[in-house]
Amino acid sequence: MIRYLFTRFLHAIFVLWGAFTLSFVLLQVMPGDAVLVKFQDPELGLSPQQIADMRATYGADESAITQYVHVLGRTLHGNLGYSIETGLPVGQMLHATYPTTLRLAIVSFVGALVLATICCALAILLSGSPVGRYLAAAIGAIPGITSGIPVFWLEIVAIQLVSFHWKLIPVVGLSGWSAVLLPGLALAIPISAPLAQVFMAAAHRVETLPFIDVLRARGVSPLRILYAHILPNALPPTLTVSGLVFGEILAGAVVTETVFGLDGLGQLAQQAVASQDVAVLQAIILISVSGFVSIGFASEIIQPLLDPRIGRSARQRKY
Amino acid sequence: MPHHITPTRLAVALPVIMLALVAFWPALFSSQNPLTGLPAEYLTAPSSHHWFGTDQFGRDVFARVVYGSFSTLSSAVLAVGVSLLLAIPAGLLAGLGNPRIERAIRACADIVLSIPEIFLSLSIITLIGPGAIHVALAVGISQTAGFVRMIHTEVARVQATEYMEAAIGIGGTFSQVVLRHVLPNSLAPALALASLRLGTAILAISTICFLGYGPPPPTPEWGLMITEGRDYLSTAWWITTFPGLAIIFSAWTASLVSHALRSTP
Repeated sequence: MIRYLFTRFLHAIFVLWGAFTLSFVLLQVMPGDAVLVKFQDPELGLSPQQIADMRATYGADESAITQYVHVLGRTLHGNLGYSIETGLPVGQMLHATYPTTLRLAIVSFVGALVLATICCALAILLSGSPVGRYLAAAIGAIPGITSGIPVFWLEIVAIQLVSFHWKLIPVVGLSGWSAVLLPGLALAIPISAPLAQVFMAAAHRVETLPFIDVLRARGVSPLRILYAHILPNALPPTLTVSGLVFGEILAGAVVTETVFGLDGLGQLAQQAVASQDVAVLQAIILISVSGFVSIGFASEIIQPLLDPRIGRSARQRKY
Repeated sequence: MPHHITPTRLAVALPVIMLALVAFWPALFSSQNPLTGLPAEYLTAPSSHHWFGTDQFGRDVFARVVYGSFSTLSSAVLAVGVSLLLAIPAGLLAGLGNPRIERAIRACADIVLSIPEIFLSLSIITLIGPGAIHVALAVGISQTAGFVRMIHTEVARVQATEYMEAAIGIGGTFSQVVLRHVLPNSLAPALALASLRLGTAILAISTICFLGYGPPPPTPEWGLMITEGRDYLSTAWWITTFPGLAIIFSAWTASLVSHALRSTP
């Protein structure tokens, strides 16, 4: 098991390095580097000499390989470089923005998990009765629709209804957790779709297993079978899609933070794209890949703890 | 695969046919001009004359939703086409080539999959610039790695089957075996994935257009229409609501098709 985890760890490091290199290649071969784009503006009135000096300061005048070695070296020392747009250290910008995104991610993930559980529980409970079967089928079709809702549209509508029409949660003047409540809950709706799909499929599989029949025969109430036996057994497979969900939450964060005007990593990324701020964009990619890789790694460790059967097969899996 | 028509298949085929008709023959559905409106009729509520109302320039929202379908739907089809075009050779090479190539392709796919798709496509747009076709390319390239992994797994599965052994045993050449057995048998699951990714592509494309990297105004595009209508939401809910419903309907249709393809043996 230790050896298996060690190879997974090496693989994670390799993926991180590969993503760094890929983002470097993608962003450095841009036509006209970012320094040129920013300072060539005639309104700034900079002489070609000054622009050349500026490029030398940011290291944009060197060959791609020299730059790569330099950027990799300083990144390994924890220095993420300087933003071309604001001149601030990228590390400082990330430090100021990550709490918002983290809060948003937590609210939307918890909200999505709750929604998925409600969906799943209703589908299982209703499928027992002949009339409820149709209702259960209707609930089963919900994730297919919610997964297609564009996040930005849902949030614009949510602001309009919840904040302006019903006046439940204000949009401006909030900070901390209250600022991410409405955006997080809105984001939770499309995020819950993949979770609910996997959760329901797993729960229906568990429901057909013989031990559930035994429990029913012994007269255990359907509600107790549901929350004490079906849901706990269906949860581990559901958590395997958490990597996918992480990507969706980040994609959602870019849009959500733009719509709600939140100072988070997503809005930072959006602005970096608009101003071709390579260092910032690269740092955000690096952070999100680290997040993705750590979630994958964590779920590899947690899965065998939740379900001992997985641990046994993981050791035999060839990688 | 049986070819008779069942009610379920008909139910899936209807929205697909409808979307295709709307995208390729918008004039059939709306006789009004999506680009020029009547300034006197700005921000009017849905009525029998303007089914979805009019926007701030007096343009008919229904006409804009109908004409906007081509932009979003064709971009999504192009995106998935690009993914398949890149992924089929890579997946075949990984499944049929030597183990070293297989490992290299799998490692590349792992790396690309670790980057959230939105950041990958936004990076590509930083590289090639905004525009309708560029957005489609960016989304297509970002989705490729998932397809490569899927096709690779399928090719490996087909290779282990007995009919493959038989095909090689009776003296089939490499290209014969690949074209007649490996490709057709590994493509069916890839097509189910493709239709599912059509839905995510529609969402990704409208998101990027909403952020402002798609075609410039006044092009009718669903994501862009939602951006433009945002400021009028309190007085004219119809400008943003209907393009949003159009996106949901198309993405849902794609997921229905994918479901139907997966459940057909």
